Amino acid sequence: MPDLAVYALRLGDDALVFAQRLGEWIAAAPQLEEDVALANITLDELGQARSLLSYAGEVEGAGRDEDAFAYFRDERDFVNVQLVERDNGDFGFTIARLLVVSAYQHELYDRLVTSADATLAAIAAKAVKEVAYHRDHATQWTLRLGDGTDESHGRMQAGLDGVWPYVDELFSGDELDARLVEHAVGVDPASLREPVLGYVRGVLGEATLSEPEPTTRYSGGRKGIHTEQMGYLLAEMQHVARSHPGATW
Amino acid sequence: MTAERADWPLWEVFVRAKRGLNHVHVGSLHAPDAQMALRNARDLYTRRQEGVSIWVVSAGDITASSPDEKDAFFDPAGDKVYRHPTFYHVPEGVQHL
Repeated sequence: MPDLAVYALRLGDDALVFAQRLGEWIAAAPQLEEDVALANITLDELGQARSLLSYAGEVEGAGRDEDAFAYFRDERDFVNVQLVERDNGDFGFTIARLLVVSAYQHELYDRLVTSADATLAAIAAKAVKEVAYHRDHATQWTLRLGDGTDESHGRMQAGLDGVWPYVDELFSGDELDARLVEHAVGVDPASLREPVLGYVRGVLGEATLSEPEPTTRYSGGRKGIHTEQMGYLLAEMQHVARSHPGATW
Repeated sequence: MTAERADWPLWEVFVRAKRGLNHVHVGSLHAPDAQMALRNARDLYTRRQEGVSIWVVSAGDITASSPDEKDAFFDPAGDKVYRHPTFYHVPEGVQHL
């Protein structure tokens, strides 16, 4: 597979798997209004995933479309970071993850707007406005939960503690990233660390929360190594498409 | 969850569809505070580009006329024809009147 296709697949899988997780909140969020907010974010992420997976198929040139990538790949072929596949947990964990992922996607897409690849640049230009809103939503909730009651503060901090072991993976690049950076197509993940964590630290400070210092840091998602929760997510996402291949309405 | 819902106050939402038009009441929603109400309003009432500006007002801050006073409030205006601009011709092409 060409480097560019793999790169599009990585970003697309991040968005697809994150959308699948966030979508689980629909009809289960604390309030009807929050249901709609999370559903909007879910649909934005799904839209980004569709563009990126379609583009990956186009670059690969083997006739695979977005559905082939989403529904007919097995776990080891997914190259999303592990953070997005983790269970939603409670609302605290969900917001903590949304804060980190949206801050990451915002810095990433903001830089990809000037990519030498015109399609990636166009997808990023649309996405950067969407994720700016996701980041704002997560920020508003982090401030309210962190600087709220003892219960909300405790849950928000616990959510951050659960997210942090997976944060490093967002910023670890490999040879493929390096090759794409050389051609001004991709973004060096390591270069995102300071701006992303800088933003998040600002929010945490204002919300009276502290940045966790995890003893364990996980990674491997980009190589197809996933956590125990990924298989269940794929089973739910893929089973209809696999039970009725080619079905349409 | 029902108890928590009762804690979230009600907000009335006004949306300006485009420049030059007034903000129009479009509905209400629950939110913990004004800033969140504004964001919820964005998600609930401007999904299809319905607006360029949103106001939210705490429902408790609205003083409304009472249905019981309807006759005294509104009926006397009905038979005062000189208050209505019926003697002007509206030029062609004028919108939003």
